[in-house]
Amino acid sequence: MSTSVLFDAPGPRARARHRLLTLLGLLLAAGTLALVLWKFAQQGQLEASMWRSLLLPEVWTEYVLPGIRQTLAAAGASIVAALVFGLVFGMGRLSTIRPVRWVAGTIVEFFRAVPVLLMMYFTFTLYARNNVFGVDFNSFYAVVTGLTLYNGSVIAELVRSGVHQLPKGQSEAGLSIGLSPGQTLRSIELPQALTAMLPALVGQLVVILKDSALGTAITYPELLAQAKNVGTAYGNVIPAYVLAAALFILLNYGLTVVAGRVERRINRRGRAAGGTTTNAMPGAPGGTGAMPSTGLGGDNVQNLDPTSTGR
Amino acid sequence: MGEIGDILAKYDVLAAFGMTVYLTVFSAVGALLLGTVLAIMRVSPVGVLRSLGAFYVNTVRNTPLTLILVFCSLGVFFILQLNLEPASSPTFLRDNAIRWAIVGLAAYHAAFVCEALRSGVNTVPAGQAEAARSIGLTFGQSLREVILPQAFRGAIAPLGSVLIALTKNTTVASIVSVSEASALMKVIIENETAGTAVFLVFAIGFVVLTLPVGMLFTTLSRRLAVKR
Amino acid sequence: MTTRRWGALAATAAVALGLAACGSDAGNTGSGGDGGDSGGGSGLKVGIKFDQPGMGLKKGTEYSGMDVDVATYIAKELGTEAGDIQWVQAPSAQRETLISTGQVDIVVATYSITDARKEKVSFAGPYFVAGQDLLVRADDSSVTGPDALDGKKLCSVTGSTSAQNVKEDVPGVQLQEFATYSECLPALANGGVDALTTDDTILAGYASQEEYKGKFKVVGQPFSEERYGVGLKKGDTALCEKVNAAITKMVTDGAWQKAIDDNLGPAGYKPGAGNPPTPDACS
Repeated sequence: MSTSVLFDAPGPRARARHRLLTLLGLLLAAGTLALVLWKFAQQGQLEASMWRSLLLPEVWTEYVLPGIRQTLAAAGASIVAALVFGLVFGMGRLSTIRPVRWVAGTIVEFFRAVPVLLMMYFTFTLYARNNVFGVDFNSFYAVVTGLTLYNGSVIAELVRSGVHQLPKGQSEAGLSIGLSPGQTLRSIELPQALTAMLPALVGQLVVILKDSALGTAITYPELLAQAKNVGTAYGNVIPAYVLAAALFILLNYGLTVVAGRVERRINRRGRAAGGTTTNAMPGAPGGTGAMPSTGLGGDNVQNLDPTSTGR
Repeated sequence: MGEIGDILAKYDVLAAFGMTVYLTVFSAVGALLLGTVLAIMRVSPVGVLRSLGAFYVNTVRNTPLTLILVFCSLGVFFILQLNLEPASSPTFLRDNAIRWAIVGLAAYHAAFVCEALRSGVNTVPAGQAEAARSIGLTFGQSLREVILPQAFRGAIAPLGSVLIALTKNTTVASIVSVSEASALMKVIIENETAGTAVFLVFAIGFVVLTLPVGMLFTTLSRRLAVKR
Repeated sequence: MTTRRWGALAATAAVALGLAACGSDAGNTGSGGDGGDSGGGSGLKVGIKFDQPGMGLKKGTEYSGMDVDVATYIAKELGTEAGDIQWVQAPSAQRETLISTGQVDIVVATYSITDARKEKVSFAGPYFVAGQDLLVRADDSSVTGPDALDGKKLCSVTGSTSAQNVKEDVPGVQLQEFATYSECLPALANGGVDALTTDDTILAGYASQEEYKGKFKVVGQPFSEERYGVGLKKGDTALCEKVNAAITKMVTDGAWQKAIDDNLGPAGYKPGAGNPPTPDACS
């Protein structure tokens, strides 16, 4: 970063100015923090007893850990289902049969435009009213349905744009050696497109994990809902929510870091194998990393998707 | 279909979507302003500002929006007692709920605007920055005159994505006492039997809101792209 | 080359599956402990609220509250020891389903007897008559009942009909809705809102919590009548008779009063008119 092309090495006056800005920045951050803490203390939100109950073993074994498990379960199931949904509908959008293309396209566009929460409210009411999956599972499946339909549609778009960005010669070569269009798609285009879309795909995993917190609104007992229960049982709502936020940040940040590592490793291997350029999709929907990088904006621009991506 | 007609007559669906649009517009302006400041911080020559910017983005981006809105409402409004509407107002609670939801939405999406802008900055060739420096422009000048104008044009597509996401994410405000579209849908679904039809009405409402925005931004991004 | 790419994809899927595996007993969501669908156990399966201090609360691994005490007493009369009871979470929206699918034997969960519900389930009891009331700060004497709420700020939970009713009667009231009552409490404590409304039992339960002792009081002017019944499978009159007998016995031998004193007493709560109730005839 010190060698950014955006600015020169600072001279004496610039250095003085930078020191001033540094001071201002630190003061602003420290001031905000102090104000918040002071006000919270005034309101009795910092009382040790409120925070100490968060350390009780039973809080972790009965609420926090089960909550994390439920969060991961919903996210994991949604990721698998969304990948399948995305592949199927992505291929549907690339089909040579017009009605298939049309139907797949409509479904994908529709579910990309509908808010996940709206979908969860609806599917949960539907499942609960007809008791589709049993009382214990209705909310779980409502969360998974909502996350799958939305994220699956985003992945379908990734598949489609990934294939579209391949050099035309790839499909022509496939067709010219006598493969059918379907075979060409499956055995030549898709494998390459999937590698190219990996960064975006991996970014979508974080989105799914984070969005599983919306399940609180439909009584799915994930981490946030469990924090709410802690707040009710121990009379410390705010500390419980702060803990939940910290855990969510850790989980998501952890997944981002792991995903970034996996992504880099796969990219390296892809190049070694002489594959297509891994930066093939600069403007792809949900494009996470892999902007054609000149490095101006600093490293590691990723996960542009605030819960959802556009078109 | 008759039943849907009755429901539309009985509940003010348009007003609910009006609130969705209201939330979207004001949060979008806020997110764009804050996001730009963050992006400038993240490419600035001052190390502390860069770190603060990065810290903000990484923290906010990894926190569920639900929690951010609850913190704004319960934490900042009720505990810190920061009012965005005089306490004497007869709509004190309602207005504060809406305004703090807007602040929360703006704060959350600012992190994504910041990243979109950084990706826009990345579309500017390094030569541009070098040229700006070589003619003696300072960091501020080169950002203002050379880099940012191109970056905004390069970031239009991702910014459009953020705007669409924001439109849909306003539904989360239903959790903090703001009666927008999804809150009304929940009420209707609980009280009426025509669940699926009601869902379709609201879902299509969101399609109508987001589809044109998507198309507009796609066109804009093509039209305004810097030809290189 | 192709194999490698598919390998890469498989690796991603494996990560995802790993996530799923971490939370393998996925949907065993709300039900306390062993899940409600076992069916074979000898113990009585009782549906209670897990999140209502003073009525039905799961704190750590402990269950407490008026509903829990009533259910324990009934279970004992039915021949189930306290330790053999299976507690199942019964959120408001799912109580009828839990009963009709047999996932619980009885529901004791601030469950008001209404005609609409009687179409799906049967009720024993009532074992308590509650009423909608207001919770205010202990030192606040300005709120004496719903009529005094004009221009005041009222807190409730999203979708609560009780708050909507107040709003209709007193249009000048300002309404704040949260996801749970426990979010209302810090706001009530520091004057962000002036009152909280729901059943007086639940309000007294919150006010009795250790963390809030002495900070809040129930106004004590209930403006509705909620007759809490024990929900059972529709038409099971035999069970209904037994439960009614247990309730009557609980009232006469003093255990009923003790349950109230233990759970709601710390808030200075006194049961309103109609208590102790006489159970309705089973039908």
